[in-house]
Amino acid sequence: MLPAILVITILGGLFGLGLGWASRRFQVESDPVIDQIEAILPQTQCGQCNYPGCRPYAEAIANGEADINQCAPGGEAGIIALADLLAVEPKSLNPANGEEKPKALAVIDEMVCIGCTLCIQACPVDAILGASKYMHTVIDSECTGCELCLPPCPVDCIDMVVKDQGTGDWKWPKPQVIAMNLHENHP
Amino acid sequence: MTQIDRLTQARQAGEQLHHFHGGLRLRHNKKISCELPLEPMPLPPRFYVPLLQHSGPEAKANVSIGQTVLKGERIGLGSHPGRGCIHAPTSGTVKALARRAISHPSGLEGLCVVIEPDGLDQWKKLEPIGDWNNAPPSELRQKISDSGIVGLGGAVFPTSVKVEEASEKGIHTLILNGSECEPYISCDEMLMREQPDSIILGARILQRAVGANRTIIAIEDQMGAVNQALMAAVTESGAGDIDIVTVTTIYPEGGEKQLIQVLTGLEVPSGGRPSDLGLLCQNVATATAVARAVVEGKPLIERIVTVTGNGISKPRNLLARIGTPIECLIDQCGGYTENAARLILGGPMMGYALDSDSNPVIKAANCILVLSDFDIRPPQAEMPCIRCGECARVCPALLLPQQLHWQISNQQWDETAKYGLSDCIECGCCDFVCPSHIPLVEWFRFGQDQLRSLATDRKQAEEAKQKFEAREARLARTKLERKQRMDEKKRALRDEAERKRKLAEAVDRSRSRQDKEA
Repeated sequence: MLPAILVITILGGLFGLGLGWASRRFQVESDPVIDQIEAILPQTQCGQCNYPGCRPYAEAIANGEADINQCAPGGEAGIIALADLLAVEPKSLNPANGEEKPKALAVIDEMVCIGCTLCIQACPVDAILGASKYMHTVIDSECTGCELCLPPCPVDCIDMVVKDQGTGDWKWPKPQVIAMNLHENHP
Repeated sequence: MTQIDRLTQARQAGEQLHHFHGGLRLRHNKKISCELPLEPMPLPPRFYVPLLQHSGPEAKANVSIGQTVLKGERIGLGSHPGRGCIHAPTSGTVKALARRAISHPSGLEGLCVVIEPDGLDQWKKLEPIGDWNNAPPSELRQKISDSGIVGLGGAVFPTSVKVEEASEKGIHTLILNGSECEPYISCDEMLMREQPDSIILGARILQRAVGANRTIIAIEDQMGAVNQALMAAVTESGAGDIDIVTVTTIYPEGGEKQLIQVLTGLEVPSGGRPSDLGLLCQNVATATAVARAVVEGKPLIERIVTVTGNGISKPRNLLARIGTPIECLIDQCGGYTENAARLILGGPMMGYALDSDSNPVIKAANCILVLSDFDIRPPQAEMPCIRCGECARVCPALLLPQQLHWQISNQQWDETAKYGLSDCIECGCCDFVCPSHIPLVEWFRFGQDQLRSLATDRKQAEEAKQKFEAREARLARTKLERKQRMDEKKRALRDEAERKRKLAEAVDRSRSRQDKEA
């Protein structure tokens, strides 16, 4: 009886030490699920999901505080990807968080801009160039279309413009399914 | 098989023929357009030269309206050096820079340079490389780059990019692809019959430009007279390192990867290039374009176009300038027949329908096919997939089309990538055999574009994230710095007050002492 208790206790102690060592040795800095969720999110940092950025929203999803259908820029494809990752049923986008729109770029009307720098401070990805009392402009390739620069503008000189779809960005459309007509009258 | 084994086997390309998986034996239908000899097109009343004629972004026009141009003058600058330059097809006046249909599968419009010929057809000052045999290879490659040459087999990938990459990686064998496998198309066959000398010349120049040791010209076993014509040209040129290999006609053996598999028994790795095996594959027409550019100094402004199908009165091959409206070519072939029904650019398997014959001839236009009512399969209702596996049996890229179709329609993009969607060459074999009439190639084209845009979206998201994080870090840093500055100032003020207090104390002390002494 006694040896058995001793052996089990010692073994337990050893395993405990081993686990303790392993948890330090192989420590993961952050929750991998959060990283995986964040990788799916579009990184516009727009806040339409009611969280102050993509990372906080990813954390909220991982903690079960937020639903997967709150990201408007990610759209249907994003929701499906999240549903796949988290093994839940996909849902349609929550209308309270906006609607899925084609990607647009912010364009500053440079004749109207007064150079107040408020939009520069609002832009989460530093895509607006300018200085106090000088004209501002948006760097097209950096703009994520988050619309955060729109509300602070005191002269309302920023517009969201959908990029012109030229032959360069053209994509093959989804095939039209010719539905089978079961009641077809065969000649 | 190790990498070294693979490379050794690649060196023996053409010695023994192999098979690729699947494929179809299709009715050839090439004879009808090969009966009349090749004929050059007369000048049309106007040229509409699109600025997008290669895979990549549109070229920039460097001519202005009203300007006179000479034949062969550069009118469009590629976005990168050597990518998609466009040259004037004849001498004349630039009448407009207009947005017109550009024979693109989307049917969208693009910028075209409209040129009215002056009838003189006067060349610009030509700068050929006279002694190409002793010219440095880099000079030859530069010439190819300046001449706006793209792959004329239909993919229109800029030849200069391919050649530069090949010469960097080191190539032992140049493969000239003359096995045009798609039914109806006979422009390469006609070229090999009528201008075998320029193909051989092009082969020797390309071989020198990339540093290859030998050339294989692959032709089909159904091209009767071509073999002798090429043989005679090889003997005449005295080149001992050019072989002609006849391959069995199975669609799509003219695809780059399939042809390499037939010649070497090796597969080009997924996502890889033929240059990984030490091979460079070029179309025979591209080789003649190279020969013309180097020896005569003439840029790519014309190509052979097959005008054929049951909807054409006299099918034949025409030598047409880029920018000629397609209707002019059709008139040259006696016009449409009564039952002409559909205008297709390219072949019946991989081509796409055009909505108007006022579209211009582009560098990719190997064939203009007009089908009659009789040829067109009526639109069929799409039935559910019965998982018969026919599509997988014929797929030359060894994919599982039924699986990919399911994944694409369910938007499982990561899965499609895993199942090799990007290796689909869109040959149309699976579509052709599907008993449920599922438009599989349409799905795969859609899927491939989605996969590509998803990849760019992810890249952009990653960049946006980095910029956001950098900004957050910067804001935190400035906040901290400001706080430190404030602290320092406060401390300094406190110190100042302390100093003053101490000073006042000392003064007080000394005063009180003085008072005592007094």
